[in-house]
Amino acid sequence: MRILVAVKRVIDYNVKVRVKPDNTGVDLANVKMAMNPFCEIAVEEAVRLKEKGIASEIVVVSIGPKACQEQIRTALALGADRGIHIEADEEVQSLEAAKLLKAVVEKEEPKLVILGKQSIDSDNNQTGQMLAALTGMAQGTFASEVVVDGEKVNVTREVDGGLMTVSLNLPAVVTTDLRLNEPRYASLPNIMKAKKKPIDTLSPADLGVEIASRLTTLKVEAPAARSAGVKVADVAELVDKLKNEAKVI
Amino acid sequence: MSILVIAEHDNSSLKQATLNVVAAAKAIGGDIDVLVAGENVGAVAEAAAKAEGVNKVLVADNAAYGHFLAENLGELVAEVGKGYSHILTSAGTTGKDFMPRVAALLDVAQVSDIIRVESEDTFVRPIYAGNAIATVKASDSIKVVTVRPTGFDPVAAEGGSASVEQLDVVKDAGLSSFVGEEKAKSDRPDLASAGIVISGGRGMQNGENFKMLEQVADLMGAAVGASRAAVDAGFVPNDMQVGQTGKIVAPQLYVAVGISGAIQHLAGMSDSKVIVAINKDEEAPIFQVADYGLVADLFEAVPQLEEELKKVL
Repeated sequence: MRILVAVKRVIDYNVKVRVKPDNTGVDLANVKMAMNPFCEIAVEEAVRLKEKGIASEIVVVSIGPKACQEQIRTALALGADRGIHIEADEEVQSLEAAKLLKAVVEKEEPKLVILGKQSIDSDNNQTGQMLAALTGMAQGTFASEVVVDGEKVNVTREVDGGLMTVSLNLPAVVTTDLRLNEPRYASLPNIMKAKKKPIDTLSPADLGVEIASRLTTLKVEAPAARSAGVKVADVAELVDKLKNEAKVI
Repeated sequence: MSILVIAEHDNSSLKQATLNVVAAAKAIGGDIDVLVAGENVGAVAEAAAKAEGVNKVLVADNAAYGHFLAENLGELVAEVGKGYSHILTSAGTTGKDFMPRVAALLDVAQVSDIIRVESEDTFVRPIYAGNAIATVKASDSIKVVTVRPTGFDPVAAEGGSASVEQLDVVKDAGLSSFVGEEKAKSDRPDLASAGIVISGGRGMQNGENFKMLEQVADLMGAAVGASRAAVDAGFVPNDMQVGQTGKIVAPQLYVAVGISGAIQHLAGMSDSKVIVAINKDEEAPIFQVADYGLVADLFEAVPQLEEELKKVL
């Protein structure tokens, strides 16, 4: 089966973000960018399904400016077969991203689409579910285990209160949680080989999708800073402060 | 304006988060209806009807909704929600699962995880793991919104007298089915709504040592949480994880034991009223957000904490 994996270029998860002084957004100039961690897990899961002989081809897709090709190359170095770059310089919100991915799904006809459960920049946690709705597919969100069984896939999901397993008809959409797998590192030879793998570039217009902005960000602010606390000398002082000063116990 | 709140429940009882969502709906203003979808949900509907500020409770009682499968719930809520100006639910794992499906079926955007209502179309939500706070305006005719429960004080659970109406809409997409579940058992309060949370990190060294925290938690009536490091190391199950990818908590008191305080963990607890850190590393970032910090070996400090608490509680 063919697997489609969507990956997003985001700020590196270790970077402490800075809000721009004019409150229009977060300062991304000269900041280290990387593949969204949940997307790495999605690529790894697809590669493992290929290694098990379940997947025959892995197509990786990313939406955004030209620089997204770096993240597609990374996915190719990790084991994806070919890439699709949907070039868009403006901000693409979840619903429009889902519509673009739907157009790719119609073209490529994958049996399984794997996405991360959320991107660590917008923290929306929407795109996979929206894609599933638009394509009429079943969805297995927040997956910590994926087992393909004939024309079905069993997905164990991380839910409040524990784990839940659902059986989905294929084709289906799966979104990854952190515990699904441990992504591998790309080796140098694989990085070199990835340079020869094909990447198709498409525009939203090629896919018949108009990029609409339904949500307008009016301002972005830094969160209220917590006032500096105090160090206590021992446990007795700590308990005393909690009881008599903070009055929380 | 008319607002539809989708109740969060487990088929037998209404989750408190629903009361927080009703509070968010009140902040928007307008008539508030609550949809209870599930299987054998009579008691849940009764509880929802008693919640302060609720106008009407709609009940969709069918096996198709018993396990909250997103494919079925999505179609139901999209149909019932069509006539409303706002559709709201809690940003728990169930809401996060079905709500974007509703938004896509209605061809509208979703605003995720709001912590404040500015006006009927403008909402405040954290982005970048809580390191920035965005104010966003939604232009679609129906606003589909998930609400971070800790952002809103719950409405009263008693005192309301909403009418209860049975719906006969059955949506079974036939795409998915429930196989099984593994619930983590606990007698302690629910992590997401507990007044006090005590969490352990990698510094706990193993799962056995979490018993120390549990004893302290039982003394204080607290819930026990964990950092991702503790979950990944297999010390405790994943539903105890607090952080960007786990649960968001905002208790009166948060006690972080052996947790360094990575950005992703802080995203889940930095709105706590009082934060206490117990860590032997004086340089740990957790001390930058802690109101009270104790630099000490947790294996000495936690048993001492238990003894001291016994004296005062």
